[in-house]
Amino acid sequence: MAARLPAMLKDAALTAFVAAALGIFVVGFRTVDVGSRTGLSFDYQFADLAVAVVVIFLGRLGLQFASNGLRWPAIALGAIMIAAGASPMTLPSGFLHWFVALGGAMLVIRGAWPWATQAFGAAAHTTVGRRVDAFGIKWAGWILLGLALVLPFTPVADQKTMDLSVLILTYVMLGWGLNIVVGLAGLLDLGYVAFYAVGAYAYALLSTQHGLGFWAVLPLAGMMAATFGILLGFPVLRLRGDYLAIVTLGFGEIIRLVLLNWVDFTNGPAGIGSIPGPTLFGAVFAETAPEGKQTVADMLGIPFNSNQRLVFLYYVILGLALVTNLFTQRMRRLPVGRAWEALREDETACKALGINPTNTKLTAFAIGAMFAGFAGSFFAAKQRFISPESFTFIESAIILAIVVLGGMGSQIGVVLAAVLLIGLPEWFRELGNYRMLAFGLAMVLIMVYRPRGLVGHREPSIRLHPASPGGSG
Amino acid sequence: MAYFTQQLVNAITLGAIYGLIAIGYTMVYGIIGMINFAHGEVFMIGAFISLIGFMICSLLGISSAPVAIVLVLLIAMAFSSVYGWAIERTAYRPLRGSFRLAPLISAIGVSIALQNYVQLVQGARPKPGGQVVSGGFVLFSADGFDVRVSWLQIIIVVVTVVLMLGFTWLIAKTPLGRRQRACEQDMKMASLLGVDVDRTISLTFVLGAALAAVAGMLFLMYYGVIDFFIGFLAGIKAFTAAVLGGIGSLPGAMLGGLLIGLIEVFWAAYFSSEYKDVAAFAILVLVLIFRPTGLLGKPEIEKV
Repeated sequence: MAARLPAMLKDAALTAFVAAALGIFVVGFRTVDVGSRTGLSFDYQFADLAVAVVVIFLGRLGLQFASNGLRWPAIALGAIMIAAGASPMTLPSGFLHWFVALGGAMLVIRGAWPWATQAFGAAAHTTVGRRVDAFGIKWAGWILLGLALVLPFTPVADQKTMDLSVLILTYVMLGWGLNIVVGLAGLLDLGYVAFYAVGAYAYALLSTQHGLGFWAVLPLAGMMAATFGILLGFPVLRLRGDYLAIVTLGFGEIIRLVLLNWVDFTNGPAGIGSIPGPTLFGAVFAETAPEGKQTVADMLGIPFNSNQRLVFLYYVILGLALVTNLFTQRMRRLPVGRAWEALREDETACKALGINPTNTKLTAFAIGAMFAGFAGSFFAAKQRFISPESFTFIESAIILAIVVLGGMGSQIGVVLAAVLLIGLPEWFRELGNYRMLAFGLAMVLIMVYRPRGLVGHREPSIRLHPASPGGSG
Repeated sequence: MAYFTQQLVNAITLGAIYGLIAIGYTMVYGIIGMINFAHGEVFMIGAFISLIGFMICSLLGISSAPVAIVLVLLIAMAFSSVYGWAIERTAYRPLRGSFRLAPLISAIGVSIALQNYVQLVQGARPKPGGQVVSGGFVLFSADGFDVRVSWLQIIIVVVTVVLMLGFTWLIAKTPLGRRQRACEQDMKMASLLGVDVDRTISLTFVLGAALAAVAGMLFLMYYGVIDFFIGFLAGIKAFTAAVLGGIGSLPGAMLGGLLIGLIEVFWAAYFSSEYKDVAAFAILVLVLIFRPTGLLGKPEIEKV
């Protein structure tokens, strides 16, 4: 082992050198406004850079240890780094404490990883493990659904949690909708947020200008978004995968720019405000009802509570998300759903078998767009204010990341990924700008280490012969 | 007529910058068939390194504009290349042989991460600077309208043309270019015949990043202000240029860049400046629908 040490040191030094070259200008010289007409001046941050480079050197060395079988040195190095990060010693910035500690934590995890996978693999092969596995595959969805249904009545359901739950469920629904396009049909759509925007503006305009209610607009918004999906999809769906991605991205930007610049129609960057919320059989959620309406509290004869609106919104989005899921599950069993999955696997073979690829893709595209339209209407009704700001490319990227992280085509994976990607960052609001940095890095790391996502294993929708117990799956 | 000529001059300058970025897309796509979505961010980082380079030059008391430009150009190219190399090594190479969309998704991740990295270390506010060349001359006057050409516009066009010629020569005549073309045709066969495929791909990214850095420097000098978000829009437009010209073709990238510059400038000049980006995206959609191989591209034959 010691013979390989010089090679490992050399590799770590090289990595540190590259890191230094990357950082020397962009990190080392921070440009700051000095407020005069002369422009900028420098704020030198070489100490930060030096610490970061040392951390990268040690981290790379630790990774080399781990991949050469020297697990204990790697874990020890990681532990020392965690201790250093947590210690009160003075580093140039607070971020560096986190950087050192996180690097150490990753090293410890990397060092212990082989044991963890070994133990996990062994546990999964015991009788109990197999039973838990089978039970989990069969019932995990139902358990999650049960939890989701009773959540508003549990003691943890304060306003913050409910707000977050509504947000997560919105993304779960968007994720499930996009899953039809990306996961099942294998079409990379980078402009999904455009359909979300169409739904949101449809509800906002129809309700504020024509006085239509949420439930009346919901199907209309879905139809409008689907129409946009067909209009866009019809010409571009003949394109190959990555071209399609860029065209949809361009389309998403076009929609946003039009919303931003067509001031007469959309009120431009100022957005649309005072959008009415959803109603329950015509009753509104407010302390005092407007002219000619009654409040839900009066209708049900219960005292008014500001949380009621939130709980109602929660159940609305839960219902919408479940409809999306149920619809997808059913579609997968229909010929068109099977054609989607077949097209994803091999387009040429599908053509040879007489499947019309354009029409099949178009249905996936339109149905995915329709669910985005529903979610958009809900978003407008929940926020009561929308502006083009909410529909930037980054939203599309987040939804796509949820689908990809979940494991394309896996419904339960989308839920897990939405909780991870939306829930965790919202809890750690203090992270501020580091949130999106971590988000981007996470996307790369997932692709490199787990390209099939969290729930990568996917049961075929149909089998020619039912799997025999113990047979290969 | 004078107004038209003025817009033409401006359009060619803008088109030259787009063309330089587009070459990076086209070369990478030609070799490994992926859209390097993070290329626009390399352009942005090149612009930032140039900004810092110009500031260092003025701190060191280098007052001669040509010396400063050459110095900053070299620095920006060298250090942006490291970004290009590092991105390929960490985010794309492990994914070679993964499913088709994996590198694209990884590239989007890189793009988001780099934008936020620059925002964190350099701040979100627009940064002014880099205006080392000023002045110009009046080409001609007509209808009481002076057609001005600035020295900077001339520098931009000359630098672009020189780099273009250099690159065409590099691809056509040097051993590196030969290896690149071999990898483009058949990567497996090339590696069997002794071409170091990994190294060739790395070098392609390095060259693309260096050109993006040049474009970044020219952009900074031309507009005089940059921020961490410039890479997104410029990247998409340059990609549009690459597709328009025919992806995989070097002259195509340049031609596409020029056309996108023309469309954008003339749309803003004669119709509305709010919708100039819409026009550029609409062109992308139209080209892909009616001529997916672009103007100078070769049709792609799908084999089973």
